[in-house]
Amino acid sequence: MDADGRLRIRLSQRSPIPLDAAFDCAPGEVLALTGPSGSGKTTILRCIAGLDHPRDGTIECAGETWFDSGTRTDLSPQRRSVGLVFQQYALFPHLDAVQNVIAALGHRPRPTRIERARELLASVHLSGLEHRRPAELSGGQQQRVAMARALARDPRVLLLDEPFAAVDRVTRQKLYRELAELRRQLAMPIVLVTHDLDEAAMLADRMCILHRGHTLQVGVPHEIRTRPADALVARLVDLRNVFEGVVRTQDASARRTSIEWQGLALEVAHAPQFAVGARVAWTIPASGIVLHRRDRPSRGERENPVTGTVVECLALGDDTTVALAIDGPAALQLTLRVPTHVARRNGLATGVRAGASLLAEAIHLMPWREMGRDAQV
Amino acid sequence: MEWQALALSLKLAAWTVALLLPAALALARVLAWGRFAGRHFLEAALALPLVLPPTVLGYYLLSAFGANSALGRAFADVLGHPLAFSFAGLLAASLIFNLPFAIQPMQRAFEAIPADVRPAAACCGLSPWRIFTEIELPLAWPGVLSAIVLTFAHTLGEFGVVLMVGGNIPGETRTIAIAIYDRVQAFDTRSAGLMAAVLLVLSLAAIVVAYSTNRRAEPARGR
Repeated sequence: MDADGRLRIRLSQRSPIPLDAAFDCAPGEVLALTGPSGSGKTTILRCIAGLDHPRDGTIECAGETWFDSGTRTDLSPQRRSVGLVFQQYALFPHLDAVQNVIAALGHRPRPTRIERARELLASVHLSGLEHRRPAELSGGQQQRVAMARALARDPRVLLLDEPFAAVDRVTRQKLYRELAELRRQLAMPIVLVTHDLDEAAMLADRMCILHRGHTLQVGVPHEIRTRPADALVARLVDLRNVFEGVVRTQDASARRTSIEWQGLALEVAHAPQFAVGARVAWTIPASGIVLHRRDRPSRGERENPVTGTVVECLALGDDTTVALAIDGPAALQLTLRVPTHVARRNGLATGVRAGASLLAEAIHLMPWREMGRDAQV
Repeated sequence: MEWQALALSLKLAAWTVALLLPAALALARVLAWGRFAGRHFLEAALALPLVLPPTVLGYYLLSAFGANSALGRAFADVLGHPLAFSFAGLLAASLIFNLPFAIQPMQRAFEAIPADVRPAAACCGLSPWRIFTEIELPLAWPGVLSAIVLTFAHTLGEFGVVLMVGGNIPGETRTIAIAIYDRVQAFDTRSAGLMAAVLLVLSLAAIVVAYSTNRRAEPARGR
């Protein structure tokens, strides 16, 4: 065991909620637990806090074992030193803001508590509101009191359960900035539960994708969004262009791999781990698809050209999302984004024929997995 | 006006509240938050005195307190006199027929505490005892007060069970409700009317106190 301040989680159980989760979180790091509702995010958080009790596994924090099914160790929440911000904040309704914070300062000498509570409230920009009760505070202010209370214990780990879900959009943006600012002063692991991928990508250093209690992939947000571990992760992080193909050639010397898709041969980024003939899933970000422009044909058009019919053309502000039904045996749709003025100049509209190139380096191959029921999220 | 009967009723009500409150607090918490087999049966059994005719309840208690039952004999050995037709028996009966009046308001109050508040208190490092005294009790206080008032008022007014179990022994089991009945039987309507008025005023005052406290407590509880 080491005392490096890391949080290490290994959990597994079959019921009541299936869990098979493993991840670490370093001091000062923000790890986002992300997944659809019912994926076990909150349960894992409650297990870390000692409010829920997994069947098997270990929970270690800063070299201390909080839970170990092998040795039947299971410390109470009181002995775990966690700061937890609940989804609905769970403030004590009969106590004012400063008393709410003082409730978590039991480990400090009594005369210093009020001063410390005021300091904490000031650090979350609540000076002057110390004597308001929760009902007299706005949603955003309640969240800040909950944050101050969670930090009051000088916790070894900070746990945030959908802390932005219960406030309006404007307040949420403000609280994002405050958290980003606050975390620079915090030296403990921070675990953020959120179902919002953009929120996770914005606030977290790494993301842990959960599905039915299983950790499918842990990595930095950009990596997960561009190089998902498999098709299920790709669907969970809301990637549009996820397809199936078969590996056709592997050329180690040219560092090229090609796959067959829709009767087309696609050059893709070198992926030597897949054997020729293997079934694979693949994905390409919208930024890796280049529209063939009628006004200005370019050399790039020779790279994986595909043609099809525009079936949807949706202008959302400066960007237009275009769905292209690719010519071929199956009615597969490719989603790409182009600047709205480009879409207009090229006369893109429903029913129009169009061509696009799939940039080989942007195509990411993944192990093929049954994309039936399991992938429907 | 029978001061002795009034004093006896007040004494009975005070003892009932004092003895029943701790047990009812524990039961109310278990019923509010406990998840165990038989919970619904326990809840139903504890609510039974609400719907059972007082004479039926009184009959069973009298049988249980009598010299023919093990319970009755055990009590008689300890007390030196039978439980039936004594103040101790009356108190025991009062504890039982007041169970729902003491438990239900507190159970509702505990149930109304937002679900994550107690886990949040544990995560703040508060011990279970401090969570109970500093978080649960202040939040459930209106329910506790309702329970006290309802139990007290209901004990003052209970007639059927008292008559069955205690009879009508002055200074021992003759409560004000029994005294009123007795005075009416003797065509002493002046005395009966006076005592009835005293009981009415006491009960009304108790309910008003309970209701107004509940109202005042509401805005402070927030969400």
